[in-house]
Amino acid sequence: MTRLRAAAVRALPPSNPLPGFSITLGFTIIYLTVIVLVPIGALALKALGLSWKELWELGTNERAMAAYELSLGASLAAALINAAFGSLLAWVLARYSFPGRRLLDGLIDFPFALPTAVAGLTLASLFSDHGWLGQYLAPLGIKGAFSRLGVVIALTFVGLPFSVRTIQPEIESLDQDVQEAAKCLGAGRWRRFAKVTAPTLLPTVLTGFGLSFARALGEYGSIVFISGNLPFQTEIAPTLVVMRLDQFDYTGAISVALVLLIFSFALLLTLNTLQGWAARFNQP
Amino acid sequence: MNAPADAISAAPAKPAQRAARDPVHWLLITVALLFAAVFLVLPLANVFAQALAAGFGPYWRALAEPDTLSAIRLTMIIAAVSVPLNAVFGVAASWAISKFEFRGKTFLLSLIDLPFSISPVVAGLLFVLLFGVNGLLGHWLEAHHVRILFALPGMVLATIFVTFPYVARELIPIMRTQGREQEEAALTLGASGWKTFWHVTLPSVKWGLFYGIVLCNARAMGEFGAVSVVSGHIAGQTDTLPLRVEKLYNEFDPVAPFAVATLLALLALATMLLKALLEWKTRHEP
Repeated sequence: MTRLRAAAVRALPPSNPLPGFSITLGFTIIYLTVIVLVPIGALALKALGLSWKELWELGTNERAMAAYELSLGASLAAALINAAFGSLLAWVLARYSFPGRRLLDGLIDFPFALPTAVAGLTLASLFSDHGWLGQYLAPLGIKGAFSRLGVVIALTFVGLPFSVRTIQPEIESLDQDVQEAAKCLGAGRWRRFAKVTAPTLLPTVLTGFGLSFARALGEYGSIVFISGNLPFQTEIAPTLVVMRLDQFDYTGAISVALVLLIFSFALLLTLNTLQGWAARFNQP
Repeated sequence: MNAPADAISAAPAKPAQRAARDPVHWLLITVALLFAAVFLVLPLANVFAQALAAGFGPYWRALAEPDTLSAIRLTMIIAAVSVPLNAVFGVAASWAISKFEFRGKTFLLSLIDLPFSISPVVAGLLFVLLFGVNGLLGHWLEAHHVRILFALPGMVLATIFVTFPYVARELIPIMRTQGREQEEAALTLGASGWKTFWHVTLPSVKWGLFYGIVLCNARAMGEFGAVSVVSGHIAGQTDTLPLRVEKLYNEFDPVAPFAVATLLALLALATMLLKALLEWKTRHEP
């Protein structure tokens, strides 16, 4: 038996002489077990011990549904804005030279590097009725902060780098020959864009859209500051989890958390499919 | 799932060559710059403007408050524990994943990506359900007088959960593209495994590793949702800098939350600066 196994190991092509496999993999697995698997197991065990009826009721009651609606709607709006303006920023950064281009390129990472609490704080003050931008919106009857619009603004901010940084490398590696060929064949600028560039970029733009949507769906830090957190109006699903936890309503918190997890996994699956599609699509 | 952080491992941006004399180009550039001004420049400038609105005196006073100083200390302690652990994990995981073939690798990779797709609030909830009074280990912990939730250990664990992918995510693509030929050569020439890692692998991934650590640190110091759920918000004890910002904001203090926020904004600026520096370095020393 042992000899058989030894023979099988020897026959495995090609053999890998590098050391440290078992120790690094072992450490990785232990670390992931302690940090990720055990806590998730705790959630699963807790959820299994609860009454399904109660979970369902608390997870789908009016307040929860309003929170999902806002979470999904605002994330969708923010991801759409980011798909449009993220593509524009990526395009401008990749294709044109203008004063301040390098600075702008560096600034794109700002929302990613900035703690979300600070993002929420400064956006809330910027768009409040007396803020630098809010003072121009207030006379028009638009409330930028402490409103649903405020939620969209904050989610747009946190998702922007995900969109730009996904699309930018794709534009940089666009095949110039195809463009030239289209030009030689007499295609005008808009036709070239609509028929050649846009279809090539579509899968990548969709991936960027998905990434910024996923980022927005779980966001909490910035929203606490800017939304006002009014139930049924400006309360997003992660905020509802915290509200219920603060009232020691564990079943209620778990029910919303489970719904959020289902959203995340569905999105992750879609994104993997999209990225696979984008990779196949862009193969030469 | 790609974080924007992956950009450093991608090819360096080539300088745009086309001269933008075309009116359409200028229009696109103007719209892009306006959007960036509203969503990037103004929020940054506003933090400092509000913090210094009443002059330097109130700014310094807000920073010198004992509760703020203790928040600075706590934030640094949490980062000092979680970042090195995550760096070791990142190196170990990337070594196993990028240099070896084994079954279940895809599953391991999705497990590493998990924190990117879980809401930080849900991450915090997981630890409450594990260590809280009604949690799985709650009774045992209480009987043995061990405090994890609403104390430093819980906050460190929540921070590790949210930030552990950053180093690994940065290193795996770099190590993968480098293959293992150089390491194999070193081993054939008689170098020990540890020596090979130290003199062959590490030098070729050092900038990626460094950037991963910088990013992990920025996220660890700035984490809000997960830490907020497990902290218990005890002033002077379990408030980190971001939590302190929230508390001051809820007290309707006009200057103090922004004063504390400038520290975190400076952290973000330093992170971005280091990224730019590292990109420049990787381009100039191949």
